[in-house]
Amino acid sequence: MLEILRPGVQTTVQDLGRHGFRHLGIGQSGALDAPALMMANRLVGNPADAAGLEIVLGPVCLRFLRDGWFALTGADFDATLDGLPVWSGWRQPVRAGQVLQLPGCRHGMRAYLAVDGGIAVPEVLGARATDLNAGFGGHEGRALQAGDRLPQGEPVALNGKAGSRPPAWTPEIRALPGPEYTEFSAAAQDAFWTRPWTVTPQSNRMGYRLAGPTLAREARHDLLSHGVLPGVVQVPPGGQPIVLMADAQTTGGYPRIATVIEADLWKLAQARPGAELHFVPCTLGDARRALQQHRYQLNRFNWSAYGN
Amino acid sequence: MKQGEARFYLLGERAAVLASDAPADLACQRRIWWLASQLRARPELLDIVPGMNNLTVVFDPLTTDGEALLAELEQHWAGAAEASLTPRDVAIPVHYGGDSGPDLGDVARHAGLSAADVVAAHSGAEYIVFFLGFQPGFAYLGGLPEELATPRRAEPRLSVPAGSVAIGGSQTGIYPAAAPGGWHIIGRTELTLFDPLRDPPSLLLPGDRVRFVPQEAHHA
Repeated sequence: MLEILRPGVQTTVQDLGRHGFRHLGIGQSGALDAPALMMANRLVGNPADAAGLEIVLGPVCLRFLRDGWFALTGADFDATLDGLPVWSGWRQPVRAGQVLQLPGCRHGMRAYLAVDGGIAVPEVLGARATDLNAGFGGHEGRALQAGDRLPQGEPVALNGKAGSRPPAWTPEIRALPGPEYTEFSAAAQDAFWTRPWTVTPQSNRMGYRLAGPTLAREARHDLLSHGVLPGVVQVPPGGQPIVLMADAQTTGGYPRIATVIEADLWKLAQARPGAELHFVPCTLGDARRALQQHRYQLNRFNWSAYGN
Repeated sequence: MKQGEARFYLLGERAAVLASDAPADLACQRRIWWLASQLRARPELLDIVPGMNNLTVVFDPLTTDGEALLAELEQHWAGAAEASLTPRDVAIPVHYGGDSGPDLGDVARHAGLSAADVVAAHSGAEYIVFFLGFQPGFAYLGGLPEELATPRRAEPRLSVPAGSVAIGGSQTGIYPAAAPGGWHIIGRTELTLFDPLRDPPSLLLPGDRVRFVPQEAHHA
């Protein structure tokens, strides 16, 4: 059991999201920086898709109510356990009653906390992720509040500390041209790949709204509604792109100039308002190799954690 | 890739899309329902999402070959039958205009009609649920009278209230929960469109016949 003492800006229970219900309009939800949650889970001996906490900015404070292990990944929040520094990217043991403080981060946006056994809130429609828009899943379908107590799964036996090196954040976001890419003017296509895009404060778990040159579409017709996924870059008539994230709707109607590759979506999750991003064109093969590399790194960590 | 009246393309690295170029009608949508029901039997396909005249199939790019899936979709589409669903009739009570429908005037202006004419036309038509999307339990309805079609707002609203009845392009629908949205809000219903603990969680399902029933304005 975990007790939230101070919830911060937006702390939610997340796993890798809800799948198989998109045809009912039910979105994915789940960790925005999925590789970070997967790594935290691996560190404490959980399946990669167990539920943990996604912590946005700080300060956050919580108390552990049983002995066990925990790991923090993602943005480094300068965390302390009963006042002693905690290394981001490492697992460590914890005793019932100890207090974890996360004052905040200087870089990045989101930290992930995994505990051994996972956060054992009930599954709703096949997942423990919080759907903040529809208000279900996670803990009572909402962001956590002071006083909330979260159930923890069965303890996992682990030996000693283990750690991982976090991936380096860079502003280059690889993307594939989208289905309506060629409907945009030549100038818009060029601007999309060559100009910096600023993350606006209107960015959240649904989508990252970017500011930059106006992207003009030459085709005028409205599109029929179609399925969309996290990573799709939509351009509303105002000409400023929106990158869809885990809480995005399941269908949309705006033209899709590009899709961010899955392996780079975490970089958006860790980009702050004001950050400048650059879209870099890549191929389907690049995208698959990058995803393969992600899985490989996760597995390589498993070797170092359990293989010696 | 192109064959006959449909396009087949990949959306990013983990979705394959079939988009019919035929006019959006019930016959085409019934073929999409049929194809969706065929594909649902395959566990390696993670999500099968009908849209308006299109179908998006989500897969794991490390275990499923997207190009091969596109070829398969193309083959299936050529022989797709029209699924027959037994329609249910659902009546949706709506408060039109005022605070419940702040964009009723905009839709009326665009159509060159009075607000009362828009309400009469919108509530006089019979609609079919073509697909669900955008948010849990959000039904896209076919059957909007042509004169009410209104292009989406240039900038989506950051929050549209739950229960809002809205028009976007040639489509109309109801927002089950508060959400950002680019459609014009013409009214509001008090029905619960989505409840994750209800089975099925969505009030409206594909194939349902829907009517909007105007309610008297609230009196303060």
